[in-house]
Amino acid sequence: MSKPEFVYVTYIETTPEKLWQALTDSAFARQYWFGGEFQTDWKVGSPFALAKDGTPSDIGTVLEFDPPRRLSYTFQHVLTTDFRNERPSKVVFMLEQHGRLVKLILTHEDFAGAPRLLDAVSKGWPAIMSSLKSLLETGAALAIPTSALGIEGV
Amino acid sequence: MDDVFKALADASRRALLDRLHARNGQTLTELCDGLAMTRQAVTKHLAILEAANLVATIRHGREKLHYLNPVPIHEIGERWIRKFERGKLAALSELKRQLERRDE
Repeated sequence: MSKPEFVYVTYIETTPEKLWQALTDSAFARQYWFGGEFQTDWKVGSPFALAKDGTPSDIGTVLEFDPPRRLSYTFQHVLTTDFRNERPSKVVFMLEQHGRLVKLILTHEDFAGAPRLLDAVSKGWPAIMSSLKSLLETGAALAIPTSALGIEGV
Repeated sequence: MDDVFKALADASRRALLDRLHARNGQTLTELCDGLAMTRQAVTKHLAILEAANLVATIRHGREKLHYLNPVPIHEIGERWIRKFERGKLAALSELKRQLERRDE
């Protein structure tokens, strides 16, 4: 088993249940994930897609759905040909309650066949995670334009 | 946020973050390799970095791996850098990078 390429951690003042809802409900995702919506029934083995205005930008398969503790899916960017030709990587969200805080641990791994996604992901997740934290703690997500991330070809 | 600034206000700790930035997911032994710091000193610095959430650790089999966690730094940026300034700042830091590279 290869080691994860990225591990991101943020502490959010919320409950595991609310954070779980934010990670799986499009009404939340639209606000913190650049307007994206989930297209999936969240059953293990079902297809997963993140879509904006009905067009999927990222697709995958649901690997784990264990509320409110562990969520995992494969992840492949499909908007441009360069990314579409890469192999899917794997995203895992782990939620741990620590008193009034929830520790959200995100690992992203299996980039062996996805060098371009590796670069994009390293710029995207910190923005998404701090926006998610802001949304849950203050009720307002951060409006970060995708162009601010400096990802080439997206 | 105080923790983040205190953690960053030390050259040894910044050097450890640089090493993780160059190669993410290292063990303590790998991080100590080639550093002019004792293992105990590195352990202490890592504990401060982890308390500030600048370093995240996970268990991978029998190993404890250390990762650079840029989320708190991103949050600091969001607090003081207004979003419409981001594009310009990105362009400026890219220009600085290009110019400095040419000097090398």
